[in-house]
Parts: sequence; structure tokens; C-alpha cells
Amino acid sequence: MEGPLSAAAETGSRLRGSRCADCAVAAYPARPGCPRCGGPAEPVVLSATGTLWTWTVQRYAPKSPPYVPPAAGFTPYAVGYVELPEGVRVLAALDIGPEDAEIGMPVTVTAGDGVPRAVGAVG
Amino acid sequence: MSGEDVLVCGAGITSFARTRASGRELAVQAVCAALHDAGLPWSRVRAAYGGSDAAGNADTLVSELGLTGVPFTNVRNGCATGGSALVSAVHAIRSGAADVALAVGFDKHPRGAFDPRPADWGLDEAYGRDGLMVTTQFFALKIQRYMHDHGISPRTLALVAEKAYANGALNPLAWRRRPLDADEILASGMVNDPLTRYMFCSPGQGAVALVLCGRAVARELGGTPVTLRAAVVRTRRFGSFEVFSPWAPPGNPLSVSADAAQQAFEEAGLGPTDIDVCQLQDTESGAEVMHLAECGFCAHGEQESLIPFGATGIGGSLPVNTDGGCIANGEPVGASGLRQVHEVVQQLRGRAGERQVPGDPAAGFTHVYGAPGVSACTVLTR
Repeated sequence: MEGPLSAAAETGSRLRGSRCADCAVAAYPARPGCPRCGGPAEPVVLSATGTLWTWTVQRYAPKSPPYVPPAAGFTPYAVGYVELPEGVRVLAALDIGPEDAEIGMPVTVTAGDGVPRAVGAVG
Repeated sequence: MSGEDVLVCGAGITSFARTRASGRELAVQAVCAALHDAGLPWSRVRAAYGGSDAAGNADTLVSELGLTGVPFTNVRNGCATGGSALVSAVHAIRSGAADVALAVGFDKHPRGAFDPRPADWGLDEAYGRDGLMVTTQFFALKIQRYMHDHGISPRTLALVAEKAYANGALNPLAWRRRPLDADEILASGMVNDPLTRYMFCSPGQGAVALVLCGRAVARELGGTPVTLRAAVVRTRRFGSFEVFSPWAPPGNPLSVSADAAQQAFEEAGLGPTDIDVCQLQDTESGAEVMHLAECGFCAHGEQESLIPFGATGIGGSLPVNTDGGCIANGEPVGASGLRQVHEVVQQLRGRAGERQVPGDPAAGFTHVYGAPGVSACTVLTR
């Protein structure tokens, strides 16, 4: 089902955010107004690649509901904020091993059927 | 500061250990203790403010305290519940509307972590379903970046918790009274890297009440009142980094704690260097580290040359969380902010028992921080 977080036909796996027409503040997910000045914001397709601003590892299963563990059961997973060139840090599930996560590393972030997900960028 | 001086003439607190008592029962106990401490009957209170996050309405306490007709306002403001009740009581005294005012905060939470729902926070359900809506994650994400930027070590985080348990052991009303050393804390199991189990506080129970009076009443009462020089509550501005945020703006995050602390110091006409004892929000160890700098007590990164050398211990240059803080007392959301004020009042009166800060402390500071970006600070002097 298509929602504000999900991949869409015209934008593929890129995240759909918004940007203020006046002060250029970007936000995610897209919203009608600017969180800083309250002016109108326009939709913007965010860059696919950024850097990892911070990260942690979820070492225990969160409470269910709302958490729905994977079919194979809970295993620890990494989460973090990815800083994108549009000037926005996006919270993402990291498909990166806890031992491989490092602040400043290049990552690629994509929209799927849930929260944004990020992997280490090649190159 | 304007208007009438505000004095804390009575302070009452319950044990923060787990018992069968209800939150409301604890609140009645704290109010009676505060009134007894002040030497005033309930009928003398002209305005009352209070609340809890999860343990009922404060205004219903009149059925136990007495139906005197007093205006009693419920406050429900998350982690700032106690602070907001206190600010209202201060305004009542300063404006001359009341010469005796009460602030009470209480709570009782079930065991285990808090259980927020995405819809209540305006978030897409996916954040809950995919496991990105966990309070402890936010604290870990914030301190992880802070440690990277300012050179704070994991051992320093453990030493904050070690101090909390050591102070809790000296406080007969604390919940966690068993000392734990830094090695045990580091080895207690990772919750969210870099934070381990014993670095966190847990939801708990407790109640605190304060009786505030104007100068004339305080003079009649005698006793040893403490002057409440400032009490402020602030919410976040654009540019801060808060819990449950699907995104955050770039740059160094702004801090609502810094805003609230600065305003409190301005109102009080004092600065961080004037403070002899302080209580800072320590939801987990990293929070105390960051709040030391955000509230103006040191530069960012300087914590690494203070905490390992005992500067924040009871005998140090700036004793922090002398009653064991949230880590040793637990977090009854509605009560924590007033617990901090209660502790500073006892320290300034020289009544803190085994955990008394030496050298006759004359000025104290308290700081609460909570979701979704709210902070309450006070400055008190003897």
C-alpha cells in the first residue's frame, strides 16, 4: 500500500521529502508546511546517497505491539540518521552489521514498504 | 525576577522504592509531609497545582486532604509536569494571588520501558512496526554522536552511573541502593550501543510536594526557608534533536535545556559558577554528561577531564545528582522534577544527612529534560 514513506511509481526507491519555498529547510516525510517558518513547502525527491551521522544497535526486541519481528524471529539490528545533501538527516533502519557501522561512512538510503532503509554505499 | 519573593518553606517526599501504595496515596503522604515541614495546615493553602503522567488527577487529592474550597489546578505536561506545577505556584505567589501555594508531583508506572504509540506522536505506523520507535534508541543515538564529536569515553558513561548508585546508597529514600562499580556497569549488557543496562533509569514510583510562601508568611513561620530565585519551563526550538524524530535538521543541534538554563540563570541574576550543588536530568548516563555542558557548567568535551576525577561527586567541585538522580531513584515522570528541587532544598538547609555536600552550599540548580523537547530549570539560594 502506498503511503508517505513508501516507494512510488514516479520516484522509484528515492525518499519523498519536502522543502520550504522561502527558507529552503528540507523535511522528511513530505509535509505541507515548513517546520521552521510555517510557510508552504513543496515536494522534493531526496538524494539516494549520504553519510551516516549517528547510529546505535537495538539489542533487545522492542515491545510488540507495535513492533512486528521478522518471520525468522528477532535479531539485533542497527538504526541511525543519514545526512543527505538536501540538508536533512533521515532516521533509517541500517542493513549494516553492528561491527561495520561508523559515523561518517557513505550510505545509500531507499524507500520500500516501511521505514527508510540504508546500506553502505559502494565506492 | 519581579514581584513578591518566593520561598520554599516546606518540602515533603516519599520513598521512591517500589511498594503497593497507589500514586495518589503517595501524593497525599508527600503533601502532608511538606505541610508538616512548613508548620502550616492544609486550610492555609490558597492555591494548589499538581499532576501525574499516569497515576490520576491531582485535584482529587482534596478528598483526602480536606474540602477547603482551594483552587486546585491539574497539570499534565509529561516530564515537565512537576516543573510546570511549580512555575504556576510561583506565579501565584509573585502576583500576590496567594501567599501560600502548593506544588505536588507524583506517579506510578508499570515495570519495563515506556510504551508509546506512533499515532499519539503523529508518526507513521511503520516506525513502531519496524522497531524505530524506542525511547532508549534516541538517547543512544544522541550520546553516540556527542562522544564522537567531543571525545567522551564509554568509561566516563559508566562512572556517571557508578556515582549515581553510590549516592543512592547514601539516600534512605532511593530505589536502587546497592553500589555498582564501573566494570559491572560496563558488563551489564548492551541495550543500545554505547549504553548498557545499568546506565539507564527505570520507570518507577514516588511523590514530592513543596509549600511556597511569600516573604511575610515565611517570616512568621521562622524555620529555614530557601529562596526560589527562578523557575522556568521551555519547549524546543527549530534545530533541536529530539526523541521520535523521523528526520532532524543539519548542524549542531540546539538544546532546549540550554535555553531553559540560560533563562533561569538570567532570572536569578546568577551564573553556573555560582552554583554549589546541582541536579541534572540523568535518564541515562549520557544525558548527565551532555546536560552538564548544555546547562553551562563546563565546555563540551570538558566532562572527560572532570567526571573521571570525581568533580561531580558529593565531595567534588560541582556535586551533581547528590540523591542518586533518576538512575538510582527511578523515573516517576510527574515526580522527578520536584524530587530534584526537594534535594537542593535539603542540601541548602544542611539537612541531607550522609549525602550532605560539605562547605555549607549556598546556591543550587535543577534541570529536567523530557520528550518531546521540554526542559524545566530552577535556581535556589539559601
